[in-house]
Amino acid sequence: MAADANDAVGMPQLDFATFPNQIFWLVVTVVVIYMILSRVALPRIGSILAERAGTITADIDAAETYKRQAAEAEAAYHKALDDARAEAHKVAEKMRAEIQADLDVAIAKADAEIAARTAESERRIGEIRDSANEAVEAVARDAAHQIVALFGVTAEEKAVTDAVSARVKGGVA
Amino acid sequence: MAEANGGLQIKPMDQFMVKPLFGGDTVGIFTITNVTLWMAMTVLAVTLLMVVGARGRALVPTRGQSMAELTYSFIYKMIEDVTGRDGVRFFPYIMTIFMFVFFSNVLGLIPWSFTTTSHIAVTAVLALSVFITVTVLGFVLNGASFLRLFWVDSAPLALRPILALIELISYFVRPVSHSIRLAGAMMAGHAVAKVFAGFAAALGAAFFIPILAVTALYALELLVAVIQAYVFTILTCVYLKDALHPHH
Repeated sequence: MAADANDAVGMPQLDFATFPNQIFWLVVTVVVIYMILSRVALPRIGSILAERAGTITADIDAAETYKRQAAEAEAAYHKALDDARAEAHKVAEKMRAEIQADLDVAIAKADAEIAARTAESERRIGEIRDSANEAVEAVARDAAHQIVALFGVTAEEKAVTDAVSARVKGGVA
Repeated sequence: MAEANGGLQIKPMDQFMVKPLFGGDTVGIFTITNVTLWMAMTVLAVTLLMVVGARGRALVPTRGQSMAELTYSFIYKMIEDVTGRDGVRFFPYIMTIFMFVFFSNVLGLIPWSFTTTSHIAVTAVLALSVFITVTVLGFVLNGASFLRLFWVDSAPLALRPILALIELISYFVRPVSHSIRLAGAMMAGHAVAKVFAGFAAALGAAFFIPILAVTALYALELLVAVIQAYVFTILTCVYLKDALHPHH
């Protein structure tokens, strides 16, 4: 590689003849790197990092909002459910009351009818009993007259009748 | 890499020679040399990583963009941690220094390449520019109270003048240590690698021993290249912190 004439004598680092060259190119290089970094690279990377931090913060905020909204929705759902349940209970209660009222009316009506029928029946039974009693009395009177006549006793018509009536009224002995 | 064909004739320092790329022997100030080539490669690497890598501006980064973002965040956080919030406005300058040193160091590990940061001329200019910037900035921002940097209030009064002298000397030694640390680390590793490679050519059948050593050394050198770039940058931040907050 290196020809013998080009061999290093001592330390090339201390060859001051090369210093201006090195320093010149160093300054050029450092200025170029500084320009690349400060004009292009660093603002770009900085904005990427800031954007990412912003996105992460925004996403966390959004997640927080969604979580709160979900909790609100859940609360609203439970409230609606409770309301509906209460409403249903109220409607059922109202229905029951109406039915009860109808039922009461119907029962009262039925009771009244039953009472009327009972009264009617009792009246007719009373009539039947009365007519039966009269018939018994008539039969008893006729029988008494016949019996008295058979004994040959002329008894006063009215006295026999009265006696029979009294006996029938006082209950058959 | 070995040039010692027959006989132990290792020239570990040849790799550091500044040579014109297109013929000629003289190295003038504007001559296109291997320095020019490898500094241009550094610019190319910086562009590839930081510009092309982040080209997509994706919300979910690609691999290239992720590396660009990590590099950005790494240096940004380093400045924030060392100098505090008000040092962040010097971010582009410090990023430039880090990117240049990092890629110069790493590209210098490519065989047959030229390591620009192994030259004291380069590191001294970088360190001196940091030193001058920090000193000027310190006086511009703090006025004469920047000198309180050398006056250790927490020490006993009798000790303060002595401490001030020590602080002053250590302040002016900064650019020296700042630059020689980087150039020395780069040069030493490369020279040692070359020496081992020369052994491989010279040892014949036992060539694998130095090759294994070079392999291990190469891994170490990669680590050194990255760490020296980090050290150079963080020291810049530390010096900058003194300019911004000169009180102990």
